[in-house]
Amino acid sequence: MTAALEVAALEVAALEVVALEVVAPGLATSIQDLGRPGFQAIGVPVSGALDGAALRLANALVGNPPAAAALEILYSGPCLRVIADSVRMALAGSGARLVVGDDATAAVPAWRSLRLAQGDLVAVIVGRDAACCYLAIEGGIAVPQVLGSASTYARAGLGGFRGRPLRAGDRLPLACATAPERGELHLPDPPPAAAQAPIRVVLGPQRERFTAAAIATLLAAEYRISASADRMGMRLDGPRLAHAGVWDIVSDGIATGAIQVPGSGQPIVLLADHQTTGGYPKIATVVSADLPVVGRRRPGDAIRFAAVSVEAAEALAREAERGLAARLATLEPVPDGPGLDLAALYGVNLISGVVSAGE
Amino acid sequence: MRFLPAGDRALVIEFGDTVDRGLSGAVLRLAALIDVAAIPGVVEMVPTFRSLLVHYDPLSTTAAELERRIAGLAGRAPPVGRAGRSWRIPFCAEGGYAPDLAEVARRSGLACDAVVARLSAVAYHVYMLGFLPGFPYLGDLPAELALPRRADPRLRVPPGSIAIATTLCAIYPYQSPGGWHLVGTTPVRLFDIARQPPALFAAGDAVRLEPIDAAAFAALRAAVEGGEWVAESEPLRG
Repeated sequence: MTAALEVAALEVAALEVVALEVVAPGLATSIQDLGRPGFQAIGVPVSGALDGAALRLANALVGNPPAAAALEILYSGPCLRVIADSVRMALAGSGARLVVGDDATAAVPAWRSLRLAQGDLVAVIVGRDAACCYLAIEGGIAVPQVLGSASTYARAGLGGFRGRPLRAGDRLPLACATAPERGELHLPDPPPAAAQAPIRVVLGPQRERFTAAAIATLLAAEYRISASADRMGMRLDGPRLAHAGVWDIVSDGIATGAIQVPGSGQPIVLLADHQTTGGYPKIATVVSADLPVVGRRRPGDAIRFAAVSVEAAEALAREAERGLAARLATLEPVPDGPGLDLAALYGVNLISGVVSAGE
Repeated sequence: MRFLPAGDRALVIEFGDTVDRGLSGAVLRLAALIDVAAIPGVVEMVPTFRSLLVHYDPLSTTAAELERRIAGLAGRAPPVGRAGRSWRIPFCAEGGYAPDLAEVARRSGLACDAVVARLSAVAYHVYMLGFLPGFPYLGDLPAELALPRRADPRLRVPPGSIAIATTLCAIYPYQSPGGWHLVGTTPVRLFDIARQPPALFAAGDAVRLEPIDAAAFAALRAAVEGGEWVAESEPLRG
């Protein structure tokens, strides 16, 4: 081996050391950013975070750009070991928390950054009131961009870590070998927990393919998110929605949030990994401002819908963006100075009852 | 042509509700006109058999503004110099490369050789891509090969499979479930992130299928895997 090759090999080895090791992967943990727009005409879904607002908050807490890739954690969280010298991370998600080491009573709540050292073991606990949470790492996860995005699209093996959700033993490469010591940030006023308000939809594009009774049912009935829910979509249990005529149409394009109704009459809300085109009629489309809310719902949760106009939905999108910008502007240093004040955290956890052995 | 709402980030422009070359032409012409017009706020477009989905950013435009701009483009002459490509796609229909060929032959009242000859006799139009990255919907099949979908869909259709159902033909870029009849396999790689663009075909291209034997298939597959060969094409005329 020549000297140059030896140096190159050493550099590769050094890069591999800068890592977070996956001790246990959780149920469905994948690398996501704000998605891969621009390739839907050739059949590539946009993918990206189910709750893009939470992803942006997690990134801001560790000083990353808003679109940096982070871990999306669904239903049940992973356990990770720090291989890098040190890392700074932040978790975003209602009710979610981090357990560092083996003391489950010393949970660190979401919406703040913290610094961990080599060898530390950290478990992510998903909250009861949100299906997903996001773990951002300062500097980002150093996986290659595929078609302009690090988002995982497992069906075609695109992006993320080897094109798939995480597995035990994976070593996630990190962009930063060390996280400098400094004061940590927190979000004093995190987004509210699961809202029970109806999810707003714009009727169409195929509302004419449904009976008037079906439209009325969609807007009045309570549906329940079934167990078949994933990043592609969530099937809803509830009253059947009757088609006016045939239930298969010649394929047309699909927008994220489209509510398609196959022959069974049971609606399916299409999410980040949905196919770009499809042949089932779509009765309505969830407004983009409510997509993060839908993304946070869990199987078994109730869901209701209310119709708004396109103009109202566009106004809601602008309002949601202003609201997120305002929230991002409130990030401030953790009051008790640098480092982690475990005594204060114990107090918070005991008082609010956030920690529960039952989860 | 009519506009249909698809939430606050997408707008459907519908030309009809059938699989039809005339509708497809109108969809692709409008997509080219919108592309050239570079309308602010348009993020991307998805042409389909009979409609165009325009994805937009509600922070920079509105559906009402897009409708106004797009209505002003409709009916204009298509931009010049944007012709697609005409592809020659080799496929093997021997034995295990075409598991449903015998059944298709039986149901259409033709010999297997005659089915392969008819599949290879037409220039298919790429109506759209969808379902999977790089997955093309090609048409129209010769009328005598039009069959409904299989009653028992397969859980695993191998990559490269050439499949037919109704009036359409498709090629699977990835292993996937599928309910169409498998009448051949191509060694060509339809989607590759190392290429620019990553999808071999674009909507509006033309595709001819050319039968090859198993030995030629093996040689071409090796050339594809070695990065020495992609597929042959020329600019589409007319």
